[in-house]
Amino acid sequence: MKEPFVECIQLEKAYSTQIAVRGVNLTVHEGEILAVVGPSGCGKTTTLRLIAGFERPDRGEILMLGKPLSQADTFIPPEKRGIGVVFQDYALFPHLTVFENVAFGLRKQPASQIKHRVNEMLALVGLTHHSKRMPHELSGGERQRVALARALAPRPNLLLLDEPFSSLDMELRLKLREEVRSLLKQLHLTALFVTHDQEEALYMGDRLAVMNQGLIQQVDYPERVFSHPANRFVAEFMGNANLLPGKVVEGGIETEIGLIQQPVELPPGSPVELAVRADDLAFDLSGKTNGVILSRTFKGVLNVYKIRLQSGLVVEAFQPHYRFFPEGQPVRIFADAGHELACFHNGVAVSAENHIPVKVR
Amino acid sequence: MLRDWVNTMRFGTISSPPARGAWLYLPAALVALAMTLPLIYLIVRASTAGISAWNWLLRIQTIQIIGQSIGLALAVMLAALLLGIPLAWLVTRSDLVGRKIWSVLLPLPLVIPSYVAAYLFVSFFAPRGLLQQMLEGWLGIERLPSVYGFWGAWLVLTLMTYPYVFMAARAVLSRSDRSLEEAARSLGYSPLETFWKVTLPQLRPALAASSLLVGLYVLRDFGAVSILRFSTFTRAIYLQYQSSIDRSTAALLALVLILITIGFLIAEQRFRRSAAEYPHTAARPPELTRLGRWQVLGLALVGITLLLGLFFPAGVLFYWLVRGLAAGGQVNHWLRPFWGSVSAAGLAAGATVLLTFPVSILSVRRKSIFSQVLEKWSYIGYAVPGIVVALALVFFGANFVPGLYQTLFMLLFAYVILFLPQAMGSIQASLRMVQPSLEEAAASLGENPLRVFQRITLPLIMPGVGAAAALVFLTAMKELPATLLLAPIGFSTLATQIWGAVSEAYFARAAAPALILILTSSISMYLINLHSMNEGSSQRQ
Repeated sequence: MKEPFVECIQLEKAYSTQIAVRGVNLTVHEGEILAVVGPSGCGKTTTLRLIAGFERPDRGEILMLGKPLSQADTFIPPEKRGIGVVFQDYALFPHLTVFENVAFGLRKQPASQIKHRVNEMLALVGLTHHSKRMPHELSGGERQRVALARALAPRPNLLLLDEPFSSLDMELRLKLREEVRSLLKQLHLTALFVTHDQEEALYMGDRLAVMNQGLIQQVDYPERVFSHPANRFVAEFMGNANLLPGKVVEGGIETEIGLIQQPVELPPGSPVELAVRADDLAFDLSGKTNGVILSRTFKGVLNVYKIRLQSGLVVEAFQPHYRFFPEGQPVRIFADAGHELACFHNGVAVSAENHIPVKVR
Repeated sequence: MLRDWVNTMRFGTISSPPARGAWLYLPAALVALAMTLPLIYLIVRASTAGISAWNWLLRIQTIQIIGQSIGLALAVMLAALLLGIPLAWLVTRSDLVGRKIWSVLLPLPLVIPSYVAAYLFVSFFAPRGLLQQMLEGWLGIERLPSVYGFWGAWLVLTLMTYPYVFMAARAVLSRSDRSLEEAARSLGYSPLETFWKVTLPQLRPALAASSLLVGLYVLRDFGAVSILRFSTFTRAIYLQYQSSIDRSTAALLALVLILITIGFLIAEQRFRRSAAEYPHTAARPPELTRLGRWQVLGLALVGITLLLGLFFPAGVLFYWLVRGLAAGGQVNHWLRPFWGSVSAAGLAAGATVLLTFPVSILSVRRKSIFSQVLEKWSYIGYAVPGIVVALALVFFGANFVPGLYQTLFMLLFAYVILFLPQAMGSIQASLRMVQPSLEEAAASLGENPLRVFQRITLPLIMPGVGAAAALVFLTAMKELPATLLLAPIGFSTLATQIWGAVSEAYFARAAAPALILILTSSISMYLINLHSMNEGSSQRQ
């Protein structure tokens, strides 16, 4: 286990109208990128702002390397925390040049040293030739790079990134996130990355923290969050389209599409739900049919079929790009996962004794 | 080349865009010329002033006047900044008790015409004024420190102009991006350092533009400095005009004033443009600073400002009103001037709007160098203070058109020069809302240009025309210096009535006209706000 770098303990923060964060426990390890992901309004940005010191928690503590940043009677103001922030809207100072923006956090140093550091930072983000420009003369991607250089220049202990790519177009977003990730890794920085995009979180995070309604739902490696969602919300948020109701029986779980043979530590008869991804489902035309094709969406590499089961439940299933079936075709649908399926009882994952080895990056 | 040739083959001669409305250049140019004539005359007159006038211009006294004008302008600008910025910060960024109400009340002194404010201050503090009467009665004090001179003018003008700075700063502070300040905090800056290094620089263009506006207000002001007896350009010009037989020196002074005014205007325009370059995308409302024990100090600042700028003038006005009524104040003290104001302002509104049409249409519909020049030229009334326009017309009328001199026509002429820019702004804005395709559609359905204007354009821009007329009407109502110099003998308006009553210290007689003028200018302020809001929304689209 690595050293906890930043620890949030039972953080609570309510605004006049709503509760934003209601008891968040979160640990960022030294040198890792922790991606905090969740739908809008889940409290992820509030958590970031609490760590940055822009907000004061109502209750709970924030520690950095064991020293309190926020406690009942201590509150270190943001300027004393040594935490860098990259904002969603860049927040570049419009009256200062690129150079002056990056130099803003470098003070009480000889001018030559400042100049050296700024140039180093601009070279790092590939904007050496833009140092005399004003922020409004830059493109969106360039602005975001300046914002990153500015946050990194004073050598922060921790970097917070608040949806840094959300105002960029798709192509730029993919390019920039690769750049930023490799940069953070190159500098061995500890970072907290907030996003609402699960795919981006899977890419950026060494670990993922999934949030909903002001609470942490699950913290784990991306692969595990994806394959072993802690609850129904995480499963759905991580892009699991199908939740199939079933009942625990001897030797597995009985569902509408047949018996799924996997052990569950629950008494027989308990109602459960199975997370079945579209790639875990297959169908053919043989035998007794149990569903009807509603529609097909061609995605290039594969076909996505929507199939209505006899109960009325609609599930999605993939087929290769060359297999076409007409709408209205009755089919036999079955699970073809090759791995254990996530199983929920009352919305919470039921632990099965299995440990998928996870490669730590 | 080839395509041109093919087109010519197919359609005969290439037709340039339809030459509709080209004839408008003639009336537009005539109007522009007419507006310039008096000014040209002023220049000619000043240049023939002879050695003595030039000497006069270099005399200590003259240099003193220049120094006093600029000194007063700078002092008021500084005071307006020092008052406006903290007030704006208090109502936008702090948890000051009642800040929403203060935010509404603090701009209100703007509706008091400067000479009305000066009248109310003088009528309270001056010898034979309210305060002395009270003190004499109770305490037997007979002499008070004088309200006249620099400090009186400075105080009154500061109280009437700080709202310009306040409103500009308030707009920037309430819209500016909170994450900028948070970024500075995360880079190691304390709240106070953040204000100096990040917040204030954001404000700088708006503050520069608005304080220059304050400076322009002071430089142009005639009423307040005259009533408070502080000799700046405008008062000196007036005194020179009244006393001297050789009026060339007044012309010379006027030209110097115009040059300074134009300098201020150019600077103001530049800052305003650079203010527009700062993006304001406030995703989150700015955070409020907790004042704690400073709450009292904030409330005191707001309270003193409102007390002096709003409640005190209102109270004094009320006192004189009641006293006038109690003394059986005669209605004819204000009824005849009221009618004079209404008729002159009404005629001015009609004439100005009518004369604004040609250049407005040209500048919006037919963009050419010539139409742009005409448009810019028509803004001459912005650059030239009322007293100067009046003086120029006095010279011009007395020497060239003696038949028209001392008639209402000359007064209307001055009003048109002064208020045409206002009318033009409003009419241009509404013209820009009418898509050219509507006019083209009407033309394609067989209507000639005049009928198109009558049936399509005019009905669509009517609200703008109405606003323009109302604006000119309301502004002309309270115009003082031009009215004072150009009104025919025996013709009085509310403004000249106040002037006369104050100079003879019949303070109660000025109360009713002052109240009417304050109401008038409240309406025009409301209209201007409405107009600028419309303009803002059309720009956003």
